[in-house]
This record gives sequence, C-alpha cells and structure tokens, in this order.
Amino acid sequence: MNAHMSWTVIGSITDIPRRGARCVNTPMGKIAVFRTADDQVFAMDDQCPHKKGPLSQGIVHGTSVTCPLHNWVISLETGEAQGQDVGKTRTIPLKLDGEVILLGLSALVEDAA
Amino acid sequence: MKQKLVIIGNGMAPGRMLENLLEASPDAYEVTIFNAEPRVNYDRIMLSPVLSGEKSFEEIVIHGDGWYIQHGITLYKGCKIKSINRDAKTVTSDTGIVAGYDKLVIATGSVPFIIPVPGHDMAGVLTYRDLDDVNAMMIAAKSRGNAVVIGGGLLGLEAAAGLAEQGMKVTIIHIMPTLMERQLDPAAGHLLKKAVEERGITVLNGANTKAILGARRVEGVELADGTIVPADIVIMAVGIRPNAALGKEAGLQTNRGIVIDDQMRTSDPDIFALGECGEHRGMVYGLVAPLYEMAGILAKTLTGEAAAYAGSVTATKLKVTGINLFSAGDFAEGEDREEIVLRDASSGVYKRLVLKGNKIVGAVLYGETSDGAWFFDMLKKGADISDMRDTLIFGQSYQGGSPLDPMAAVAALPDDAEICGCNGICKGKITGAITSKGLTSLDDVRAHTKASASCGSCTGLVEQLLGITLGDAYNPAAVQPMCGCTHFGHDDVRRLIVAQEIKTIPDVMQQLEWKTSCGCAKCRPALNYYLVSNWPGEYVDDGQSRFINERVHANIQKDGTYSVVPRMWGGMTSSSELRAIADLVDKFAIPAVKCTGGQRIDLLGVKKEDLPAVWADLNNAGMVSGAAYAKGLRTVKTCVGTDWCRFGTQDSTGLGIRIEKFMWGSWTPAKVKMAVSGCPRNCSEATCKDVGIICVDSGFDIHFGGAAGLDIKGTEVLCHVDTEDEALEVIVALTQLYREQGRYLERIYKWMKRVGIPSIQANVVADREKRAKLFERFVFSQKFAQVDPWAERVSGVDKHEFKPMAELSFAEAAE
Repeated sequence: MNAHMSWTVIGSITDIPRRGARCVNTPMGKIAVFRTADDQVFAMDDQCPHKKGPLSQGIVHGTSVTCPLHNWVISLETGEAQGQDVGKTRTIPLKLDGEVILLGLSALVEDAA
Repeated sequence: MKQKLVIIGNGMAPGRMLENLLEASPDAYEVTIFNAEPRVNYDRIMLSPVLSGEKSFEEIVIHGDGWYIQHGITLYKGCKIKSINRDAKTVTSDTGIVAGYDKLVIATGSVPFIIPVPGHDMAGVLTYRDLDDVNAMMIAAKSRGNAVVIGGGLLGLEAAAGLAEQGMKVTIIHIMPTLMERQLDPAAGHLLKKAVEERGITVLNGANTKAILGARRVEGVELADGTIVPADIVIMAVGIRPNAALGKEAGLQTNRGIVIDDQMRTSDPDIFALGECGEHRGMVYGLVAPLYEMAGILAKTLTGEAAAYAGSVTATKLKVTGINLFSAGDFAEGEDREEIVLRDASSGVYKRLVLKGNKIVGAVLYGETSDGAWFFDMLKKGADISDMRDTLIFGQSYQGGSPLDPMAAVAALPDDAEICGCNGICKGKITGAITSKGLTSLDDVRAHTKASASCGSCTGLVEQLLGITLGDAYNPAAVQPMCGCTHFGHDDVRRLIVAQEIKTIPDVMQQLEWKTSCGCAKCRPALNYYLVSNWPGEYVDDGQSRFINERVHANIQKDGTYSVVPRMWGGMTSSSELRAIADLVDKFAIPAVKCTGGQRIDLLGVKKEDLPAVWADLNNAGMVSGAAYAKGLRTVKTCVGTDWCRFGTQDSTGLGIRIEKFMWGSWTPAKVKMAVSGCPRNCSEATCKDVGIICVDSGFDIHFGGAAGLDIKGTEVLCHVDTEDEALEVIVALTQLYREQGRYLERIYKWMKRVGIPSIQANVVADREKRAKLFERFVFSQKFAQVDPWAERVSGVDKHEFKPMAELSFAEAAE
C-alpha cells in the first residue's frame, strides 16, 4: 500500500443499508461501498471481473457479493472471484472513523496518472 | 481456425459422440447438425415407456435446445440431407441449405424393414422407430380398437405391451415358433409367451403374413393359412436395416451398411460413419451400448487421439414393466458346448448358461436377472469358471461359501465390471466419481457419469454402489438441499416455516440451523418469497434479499442501465399513454423503445438515477409498473375478441383486463404469464402460457402448465367453466395453490409435473370449498400486495437506491 496514503470522507456507515451497497462516483469510475450484516464496510471498483457487471447491485451475503448479471460471487475482503470462477476486482483502501467512512483514493489517482 | 464438422443425423450415437468431443476438446470444431426429425436428441430406447404412458417425451430428452445454444452448435431440425459432394466437400439439404465440411459424420441410423406384402403401404400401417410413430400409435390407441404387431422380437413385444397398456386389443404375429428367438432359447421363449398372454395379448407363433386387407385404410391382416385377424392399425416390427443410401450415392464403399474401419472412417478419409448405418468388420449393430462405444472411438479419432474399435459383445434387456429378461452372447447348442440350467416354475425363474471349454459363451435369465451383469462380465472376459461350476448358476452371492447379502455381491464386483450397459460405464468409474467429485445422490451420479441415465435398469446397482462407497452417509431418500447454507430442501423449509410459525429470515436461519451467518444469493430470495406468501400483512419484505430487478422495480441490462415497462392492461393502450411515453423518451434520451412478446412497450437503457423521474412521468399519465421484472404476475395477453373480431366468441380483451386488474402485484414462486384467446384460433397464443384461457361458445376452457422458453411445452387442460366469474375464481385459486406449493423459481409447468395434474384439479376444480378458500387467501394477500412500487419510490421510498453516496471530483480524490 501507498506510503503517503491520504483519506477522503465519503459519508456515514448509516447511509448504506445493512447487506447492501452504495456507489461513489469518481473521475476514475464508480466505486461500490458495501456494508455487511455485522457492519463491516468494504470498497472496490463497481465492476465484476467477468463482464463488468455492477457489483453494487448484487445481493450481499457474509463478506461476499453475488453479481447481478451472471451470479459470480466476489469476496468483499480480497476482490477475488469465489468457487470455480477466476478473476479479481480491485479493492479500495477504506477506514472507519466512528461512523464516518474514509476511502484511500490516492493510490487510485496515481494509477490513473 | 476451427475446422468445420458436419453431422448428418441427430440420434443417440452422434449425441454421445459430441458429448465426448466437447469434453475433450471444446473448441476444436465448429459443429453443424442436420436432423431429418424435427426435434432435439432424445433417448430412443425409452420410446416404449412413452408408448405405455409411463414417461412423457420431455422426460426422455437427452439434449434440450439449450444444450445446443450453450455449446454453439447449429442444429437444423427437420432438414434432411439429400446429397454429399465429396469433391467440393459440401452437403445439401432438401430445403436447399448447403454446408461445407472439413470432416463429415454420417449417422443416419437405420430404417425399419417393411415386408412387401400386398397392402403394406396402406394408411394405418406403421413402423416403430421414432416419436412420430409413437404419437401415431397413441392417437390410434384412443379408439381402443384392434392392433396387430407383426414381429415378435424385442421391438415388437415392447410395442405390443405399450399398445395393450393404452387399452388396445393386441395380436402379435410372429413367423418363428417362439418369441425373441434370436435372444432366447425355446424354453425362455415359452415363459415369455405366457407372461405376454397374461397381459391380454394374443400371440400367434409360426404365423406368416400374406396380405394386409382394407379398402382405404387397414381393416385386417390375412395369414398364409387363411386366418383373418381384424386390425385398426398394423405395426411392422420385423427388423431394421442400416440406412446407408446416402453413403452409397456418394460413392462410399457399402455392403449392408457403410463400411468403416476401426476408427469409424469410411473409404473417404474425411468422412466417418457412426452407429446403426455403419458396418464394422462385417457386423452391424442395433443396440445402444456398441453405438456408444463407437461414439467414444470417433470422438477420440476426431481429436487426433489413437483409438480403435474392436467390435462388441451385446446383451439385451426387454423393457416391459413386470417382465424381467436378460440375454447375452451365443446360446446355440453344439457338440463342444455344455449347459447349466436352473428352473423354478413356481416362482417363474429360468436361468441357462452356455459353456464352452469352462467359459461362459451365452446367458439367458428370465424372471430373476440381478446376476446378469456378473455373468456378462465373465462372458466378456472369458473367465475360467471351473472352480465355481457347481454353484455358478445360483449367481454371485453363492460364490465363496455362505450366501452373501446383495450389497456384498456388488462390493465384490471388480472395478472394470460393467454396471450401465447403455452407456458402457464400469464400476470403477462410478465409485471413482462418487469419491473424487463428492457425489451423494443418484441424480449426481447420473449427471457426472451417465450411469443409470438411459434405460434406468441398472438404477438398483448404482444405488448399491452409492451405499457401499458412502456408507451411512448415503441416504437414498435424501432431498436436494436449497443451497449450501442448509441441509433442508425447499419443501421442508416451507413446511417448517408454517409449522413453527417462523416469520423472519434471521429466525428461519436460527431455528433451522443455517450453516452460514446470513445465507447466500440462492436461499435469501427463496426465504423472502416463502415468508411473503405465507404471512401476508405480517412479514415485512426484505429488499436486500431480493434480486436487483425486484429491489429497484426495473430490469438490469448488460451495461448496468435498466429497462422500464409500464403496465398496459390486457395489452390495450391509448393515444394519451403513447404520447406520454413518446415525450418521456425524448426528455430522458432513452436510447431504445421496443414491443415485447407480452404486448407491452419496453423502454431500454434508462440510467438508474433517472428511474424515479421516469416513473413519475408515467404515473402522471396514469400508468403503473408493468412488473416485467417480477417473480409475479407479468402480463395477460389478449386478442380483440367480440369487440372487433368476426370469429370472437367471448369478450377476451375484457376478461384479460379483469384478470390483470385482479391479480397484478401478487408475488409468485416464478414469473407467471397468462393469455386469453377469444376463440380456438388462439391468436393470443394461450396454449404455451403458464395459464391460458380459450374462449368457446359454451364458455371458457382453462389451460395451464405451458412453456415457450428453453423448454417448449403445450398447456394441459385444467377444466371448462361456463361463466367469466367462475373462470376468474378458478384461475385465482390455481395461482394461489401454486403460490403455496411451488418451490422458489419453479415455473408452473414444473410444479404441475412434480405434484401431478390430478392433485391440482382436485383442489381447484372438484372441491368447491377448497377453491373458495384458496380464492379468499389470494384476495387477502392482495390487500398488501397491490401497491404501485413506482409511486412509492417517486414519493421517496428507498431513495438511497437511486442516488450515489458521494460525487468526488479529481481534486477531492487527489487530496
């Protein structure tokens, strides 16, 4: 991970329904932010490694999400496709300050630059 | 580049060859199939159970349309190839299609032999070869008249038993002194005749057909001795011959069949022949096991793997329920041959082994056939039986001292003993698959190995292998669990939800000991539906357990945009609705507008954040959600009925609108599509819908259980009613019964097949009281379901769904 990580506030954990997701629009594309049943929060690109399906629209279960297009199951922790499928979605560094969600976007900007 | 593989014929042999080929090398060939029959590949050896009514055609399909689509295979149905041009390497069909090939497989099977007696081409003379023949027999059988079957071999007997089962009076005319003389010795033939006659079938042995009589269609059969047997249909089942005509015309070497070498290659190196049309080392085969062996060899040859076919020894089983008969090898008497015979007249058992030099060369088992596989295995291997000669005839359980239980007998079989004769699957392959792939059920074994997936007569053996391999872990009655989160099946979960009055998803998971913390994408939507349908008004719908389309009330598309379909009751619309739609298409720059198959308008490519505004405009013009995304009532398609049509018998449009207004908003296990046709011309195509109504002068015929997707199936008739009110009550009761019994994602036709039409009719047609109760329960649940989801969201429900959580600029992101 980046040595000089900077963090951007994107909202509160209460903005996201449990076992659900919301999107953050950035110039580098959509980021999906997930909240699990036990209030863990994860962020990753809103794209399934299979056919770029919007993962934010999928069903969240445990620490995985099932893509709405073809039912690939993606780990929220690693971005890796589960089961027999092979592929990986880029995860985004995230931290919680109380209820406030912060994303580590500097890595992304450097990727884009 | 992919090579072009063209296959002529779509029977069981090429079907199996393709399975092997696709498994070994899925991308080697671009495959095109020409099938003279207008249908997919089905299990021809199961035609007899179809004829006797024990199975339906759907149950014997091997590869449905979906299989061909999935594997990118082009299948021309009802297309007969009329010529092969070997210089240009093309084939031409009778419909004018020309296809080029790099490799060509001829698999045209065989044609039934027709005895050329006078009258053989008269209407009512049938053969027994394909589904068309079976359908023709089943139609003829409805008249319950007389049937004559010419030929007392395997096919003739199965046809006779099937027709007798369908209620016809059947006579078998067989030229030889005993039945199935090629497979059975006279003693077994006699026992078989007795068993056949007990089914009310007359058997005339040594009878020679002289002529088929009749003016315009069949009336009787005249025998050489002058006897006349009355007949409404005549089935010729005297034998088959290889269908080698196409190969012969193309100049390939042919004798009885198209001559092939050990790699299935004809005299042209790029042309292969497979199955019954081929002749290998002077032999032609008509049983499935050798054809499947050939299919395996050809698949290897086509992928460049070395393989050689050495011919087959065949075994036969008669597929007539209640008659157990097995025969294998050669059992003619001879100087150098000995035999061992066991007869038990009281229990109807006859067993005969023919030995030559201490080896089994032939076996006939009648009445008790469980040792067939064991004898056949020793026969094929040429095993020396001198050590067990005294007890050999009693079967495998009597070898090695004291009698063993049947499980031990199966356990003692060697790994290469053949279990499934149809598919050539040996014991080791089955037990290996059970262990390595973690199989736990008969269906699993069928899916992974094909064993027991054809005629099913080895099912008992396969179940014993499951028992031996898995020990106590094998539970033959085990139901398929809903998903990996639970060991309960759908029906158990539903029953327990009601019995224990469980009313939330977390409670279901707690009380039924779910293995995961919050389920998965398979079980959560199912549980949500079961709770919605069981506890209307009490259960609060869990949006996070709904598939995205039902959560946002629109259909997700491949690019993440949505499609929107407003409801148009019964398919009727108006200038003001169309004007409003036109305006909002412009306003939101919606890229595509399309008519759907259910008489609605589909607006495609709407951005998610625009959805509430689009719905607001539609609501303002008086339109509500068309539920085109729902596992619920979708559309009621109608024709114009008595309003406009000169043939209309009832107000079909009005009834369609009435049904749709009554039933919209209801959730069901899977989508429900309906249609109402104003007359039997059926312009609204009601007979392939989940529920269809055909209006007639005297009232309404109610149909159900149709399908027109990956499966194609005509509806079944539920009942006839006289009035519109009664039609509505029956349809509503039917839907409610389906809501209460259907497994999540199980369409009506599958539910119908599972529970049976009689049980459905008993609930919604015969028992008025039950029907009324079902109707009441539906009406009660509608109180909570008939809320327009679009209007709710326009007024602010779930607004987080349609807005991003944050919009970041480059500067913020780079901060």
